[in-house]
Amino acid sequence: MTRLSGGLIDRDRTIAFTFDGRAYRGHPGDTLASALLANGVRLVGRSFKYHRPRGIFAAGSEEPNALVELRDGARREPNTRATMAELFDGLTATSQNHVGPLNFDLLAVNDLLSPFFAAGFYYKTFMWPRAFWEKLYEPAIRRAAGLGRLAEAADPDAYDKGFLHCDLLVIGAGAAGLAAALTAGRAGARVVLADEDFRLGGRLLAESDLLDDAPAVDWVAAAEAELRAMPNVRVLARTTVFGVFDHGVYGAVERVADHLPDPGQGVRQTLWRITARRAVLAAGATERHIPFANNDRPGVMLAGAMRAYANRWAAAPGTGGPVTVFTNGDDGHRTALDLAARGVPVAAVIDTRADAVAQGDYRLIAGGMVSDSKGRLGLTSVEVTANGRREWINCAALGVSGGWNPNVHLASHHRGRPVWDAGSNAFLPGAGGPVGLVPAGACVGQGSTAQALADGARKAAETLADLGIAAGQPDLPKAEDRSTAAAAFWHVPGRKRAWVDHQNDVTVKDIALSHQENMRSVEHLKRWTTLGMATDQGKTSNVTALAVMAELTGKGIAETGTTIYRPPYTGVSLGVLGGGDSGAHFRPRRLTPTHHWAAAQSAVFVEVGQWMRAQYFPQPGETHWRQSVDREALAVRAGVGLCDVTTLGKIDVQGADAGEFLNRIYANMIATLKVGMTRYGLMLREDGTAYDDGTCARLAEDHFIVTTTTANAGPVFRNMEFARQCLWPELDVQLISTTDAWAQIAVAGPKSRALLDRIVDGFDLSNAAFPFMACASLTVCGGLRARLFRISFSGELAYEIAVPARYGHALMARLMEAGADLGVTPYGTETLAVLRIEKGHAAGAELNGQTTATMLGLGRMVSARKDSIGAVMSRRAGLAEDRRRLVGLVPVDPAQKVVAGAHLFTEGAAQDTANDHGWVTSACFSPHLGHSIGLGFLEDGDQRLGEVIVAANPVEGQSVRLRVASAHFVDPEGGRQRD
Amino acid sequence: MTFSGFRVIREALTGHKGWTPLWRDPDPQPSYDIVIVGGGGHGLATAYHLAAVFGQARVAVLEKGYLGSGNIGRNTTIIRSNYLLPGNQPFYEFSMKLWERMEQDLNFNAMVSQRGILNLLHTDAQRDAYRRRGNAMLLSGADAELLDQAGVRRMYPWLNFDNARFPIKGGLLQRRAGTARHDGVAWGYARAADQRGVDIIQNCEVTGFRIEGGRVLGVETTRGYIGAGKVGVAAAGSSSRVMALAGLRLPIESHVLQAFVSEGLKPVIDGVITFGAGHFYVSQSDKGGLVFGGDIDGYNSYAQRGNLPVFEDVLEGGMALMPRIGRARLLRAWGGVMDMSMDGSPIIDRTPVEGLYLNAGWCYGGFKATPASGYAFAHLLATDTPHETATAYRLDRFARGHVIDEKGVGATPNLH
Amino acid sequence: MLIPHPLLGLRDAQEFTYLGDAALIDRPDPAAGEDAFCDYVFLRDNPAGVHRELWYHEQGDRSWLVVTRNTLTHEILGAELARDVALARREGRA
Repeated sequence: MTRLSGGLIDRDRTIAFTFDGRAYRGHPGDTLASALLANGVRLVGRSFKYHRPRGIFAAGSEEPNALVELRDGARREPNTRATMAELFDGLTATSQNHVGPLNFDLLAVNDLLSPFFAAGFYYKTFMWPRAFWEKLYEPAIRRAAGLGRLAEAADPDAYDKGFLHCDLLVIGAGAAGLAAALTAGRAGARVVLADEDFRLGGRLLAESDLLDDAPAVDWVAAAEAELRAMPNVRVLARTTVFGVFDHGVYGAVERVADHLPDPGQGVRQTLWRITARRAVLAAGATERHIPFANNDRPGVMLAGAMRAYANRWAAAPGTGGPVTVFTNGDDGHRTALDLAARGVPVAAVIDTRADAVAQGDYRLIAGGMVSDSKGRLGLTSVEVTANGRREWINCAALGVSGGWNPNVHLASHHRGRPVWDAGSNAFLPGAGGPVGLVPAGACVGQGSTAQALADGARKAAETLADLGIAAGQPDLPKAEDRSTAAAAFWHVPGRKRAWVDHQNDVTVKDIALSHQENMRSVEHLKRWTTLGMATDQGKTSNVTALAVMAELTGKGIAETGTTIYRPPYTGVSLGVLGGGDSGAHFRPRRLTPTHHWAAAQSAVFVEVGQWMRAQYFPQPGETHWRQSVDREALAVRAGVGLCDVTTLGKIDVQGADAGEFLNRIYANMIATLKVGMTRYGLMLREDGTAYDDGTCARLAEDHFIVTTTTANAGPVFRNMEFARQCLWPELDVQLISTTDAWAQIAVAGPKSRALLDRIVDGFDLSNAAFPFMACASLTVCGGLRARLFRISFSGELAYEIAVPARYGHALMARLMEAGADLGVTPYGTETLAVLRIEKGHAAGAELNGQTTATMLGLGRMVSARKDSIGAVMSRRAGLAEDRRRLVGLVPVDPAQKVVAGAHLFTEGAAQDTANDHGWVTSACFSPHLGHSIGLGFLEDGDQRLGEVIVAANPVEGQSVRLRVASAHFVDPEGGRQRD
Repeated sequence: MTFSGFRVIREALTGHKGWTPLWRDPDPQPSYDIVIVGGGGHGLATAYHLAAVFGQARVAVLEKGYLGSGNIGRNTTIIRSNYLLPGNQPFYEFSMKLWERMEQDLNFNAMVSQRGILNLLHTDAQRDAYRRRGNAMLLSGADAELLDQAGVRRMYPWLNFDNARFPIKGGLLQRRAGTARHDGVAWGYARAADQRGVDIIQNCEVTGFRIEGGRVLGVETTRGYIGAGKVGVAAAGSSSRVMALAGLRLPIESHVLQAFVSEGLKPVIDGVITFGAGHFYVSQSDKGGLVFGGDIDGYNSYAQRGNLPVFEDVLEGGMALMPRIGRARLLRAWGGVMDMSMDGSPIIDRTPVEGLYLNAGWCYGGFKATPASGYAFAHLLATDTPHETATAYRLDRFARGHVIDEKGVGATPNLH
Repeated sequence: MLIPHPLLGLRDAQEFTYLGDAALIDRPDPAAGEDAFCDYVFLRDNPAGVHRELWYHEQGDRSWLVVTRNTLTHEILGAELARDVALARREGRA
């Protein structure tokens, strides 16, 4: 154990966990990383490319090395940063990305072969022989690549989404964030304070400095208590604001239950969409390292992280052995002082500055640098070069401090580029940042505690003033105010490999090679070397890398520039982004008014967009859907059938100009429609293509009911509103969608009149009184208001009856009861399709947005006597010249099938794109005719009736000879529906 | 320099001292025979084919940023030739054949990987539509297979078959489809074009055209005037901006499309999968990241970034289809500006300005077209006749009524 | 994104369906012929900058709006009821 005294852990309780199968103990307040360090574990993983042994490098979300598979089974969570995983009882973690045991990874051979794996090597080889890429090279690369393993089963946990609105979002609850939140909270503003850590305080928790002469955690605790007590403030710990979107919308993930063994009845994580009028970005800063030869060994870590482990978690780095610190500024000295104060032996502080001064009782090597290291699975010694002399110093850990990079990430999510500040040797948020986002504290270079507190409070007050909210300045505690500036010392020169990006194994040499090969722009550098593209997104490496590139080009860092950061700030689970809308709940289910009735009849349902519709109604003894469908279709043609057609769009159109309006919406004439009559209507898109069809019924001079196809119910209504509001606002017309308000049932078949006669309230259904295409408002079943349309999709005598949706179920039941002796038969969408194909009515497969009225045989419907949407463009040459026409198709051999999706060819013609004459749009077995039939578009189809053609279906290895026929297989004269 | 395994080994053993720049950074010459505006995939491929196939020696590519900075480096790397309509399918199949020999043509490993694309289907109507499409593919000389549910299960047994809102009923598979390393394509073409004498001029933005008597004479740029016998514009999302400098309006809107990559994972997805009931498609890169995307954001944008609802919409589809990915993490999201045309298909054509040629309208599908687009545009620039597979990509097809509308949604660019 | 609905205040853009260039309000006179319609249906200015565009409050009050928005920054400069815009243009034309 290398546990120190003190720290913010609860020693009264012990937590058992395992890493790579070995049992360890930690305490509440530990992360997996701190607990591993406290247990003396240094080797925790392997690097991506060279499989180099790696240890814990950082103490926060910037960690590049210590990635583990957390939990197991269906909850296995690959690539989890040990530094972010809060310890819970029974936690299991497994190291990843190695073959064989962690301390003897067979793929470490890659490290020996590393000269062959220089930046971009794979673009230059594996090209011969050609077929070997997919068969040999790539599979080997893929097996070796990747990091952790995905779970093998579905994620068992639930996720939630929520919306928050506030005046001020404060991102980060360190010194600056707490000061900002207190300022805003006390001013009465609505505040959301979010921090990725499970404990508020940020770096205040990691430092030993006092606030108002008391431990900083006391002030943090008081601030937190005050904030949590305010009704206008919402504190979200374990919450990462991962992205800044337009107009003050921020994405955040709250890890609600990741610190628990399992979420129980709750959710694992919540995705918050936070709409904030303003935000203060108090994201702090991330320490950078200084590359030197073999600087990636377990035991080498950021000096500030070392300090955090000692102060906050009471964990000594390096199994309690002596520690060295390598720094280019005063910050490294703080680490030495804190470690020494906690009893950790400090072997030396190596400061690159020749004029550095020791700040305590430790050995200082000024003007020196660490130039190499030893220790296969953990650091044993470092080589120090100073004043021309080299010296090996034994140590178990090395803290590296290269200065601090402000966490500008969110400030560049709108592609604003950070700007180089030569004074602090750091990139600061630049122009073009998100509107309303104000950086404060260390992320804008105000990195001392005193600066951060003051800046946070000031920025909050200024920001609220913009909103007209007056905020006073809080009394801030007395705090340390040391400089965090570092010298411009970026890497230790040398011939050996010095790591810049630890996870992706990008070294200073790789950057030099990139420069040599003219991959010099920062974006080319990133893409050629993969620098900054690992799970840490280059948090500890990017700035260092481009400083190295700037040195190589001689251009300076400001001119070299930087890549920009993209969301998410840290990895966000895919599950929480999907929220609860997964599995069977992916999309809402819309149920028809007769759904439960149909379910009780054992109907089989089918997804039709969001709707669930009855597909067919199997009866006892029917073992194949075709038996059910054939029975239903024959029953309609011989007797009477019922089908719920509620899903068809219904649009109520009223107003003095309703007729004129619809005249402009439909290609055909509507204004002349008589009251009490219905007309088939065809709509075009403005580009002249056929769009949608349906019926238009005129219930009164100024009242029409438009029906649309199921799929286009929404779009047609939207387009009609567009026409009403934008194109012809002067017309007196109002629209409302009534699709869900009315249940509509098709009553089809020669006995449909007889059936309806039994439920109407004294309404004359005779052909003379209520002819084909008539419509009426009436009452049925003793006073239930209804609408009746004598329209037919099947070609039979048929009606559609509509009643208020809540009576749909009852109406269906009543019709079934009333028609029992007539053999009334419910039918589903399959039979609906069979009946309409037999009748030659176009549906979605024909009206697919690529066809014209003329192709559909409806060219004459496009009235030339009036303007309507699409009329002008339908006359374009290309549309007029299209010779494909809708035809019926019958197999020459009645035993064969017509298959939708087959392509049509002249018999004997070569079957290729050039000779393609059309395709089969719809097909079915016609029980009425006793053989398969189909509809299709055929080149000059109207001229080819009787011709035998070939339907080629090579994707299923079929080819069938078909005879071209009229599309109207049943009653082409239309007598049945009219009589 | 020729790249090879041998060369890599030799350099490794000699300290990598022999590697030379992948391309030059020349200053622009006063004039060129042909100037290509846009140093992305299509522009670089055009320049390469002009030099390699059509013997054009005096060619320049002008790029406002760094080469490959546009959509070629922002896409989800899918290559495929699974189109329906006769105006498209032969072109994309030509492109696929060029992909299949790209590495040998360019002496650069762009990692063309034919691991297949599977378009899942969820309804009988979708099966009919995919049958029609699969047949169109086979009839054009491409490959296609129609799978039933069992066939899909054999390939990806862990997809959500049992608890789905829209059950998987099968899929259309093109085995020759797959992915390629997007940056590698840009770099491969750039290096090969540079080796053949093409001047690639980075950080050189075109600010205007010099047009006299209806004929283009050259381009004004941030690096001075450059004369040109012909100018070919391959500016993707910036097409409307560039062509407006020549006084032309296009049947194009610019929209942002977001793409996503997860943290690296050990391999689970071999090929490309598209979800037929939501807006989600995915593949897994050689590095192990799940590379995925969905719909465009849906509003005009030049911002190269998008909004949160698309993250959610895409992952709703992702989780609905692949519930095991829930605990993997999103690593990065980014946006590209798409030149969404009015029928969803591209334009490779002359323009009303003599000597000015246009290659645009690639929507979210330009990557797979890169080789054929470059070839066909080079063909047009060099010979003034369209390549045989690109004859339908005319600028006047909208006025004439010969649109190539694969989705059948009309002049609504955000729906293509 | 948030759309400042002139009647309902700031609404999430997800409630809306986007159509495109507000020039779609200016449907040509049918007598203007195919060329005018081709221009209307297919050609767009597609500016990188301020863009007037049509959004439909489909999950809301069904208003069509003309929103003025910068396509480079996504900043929204205003929103009007499209019906008002259309009526005003008519008066302008008359």
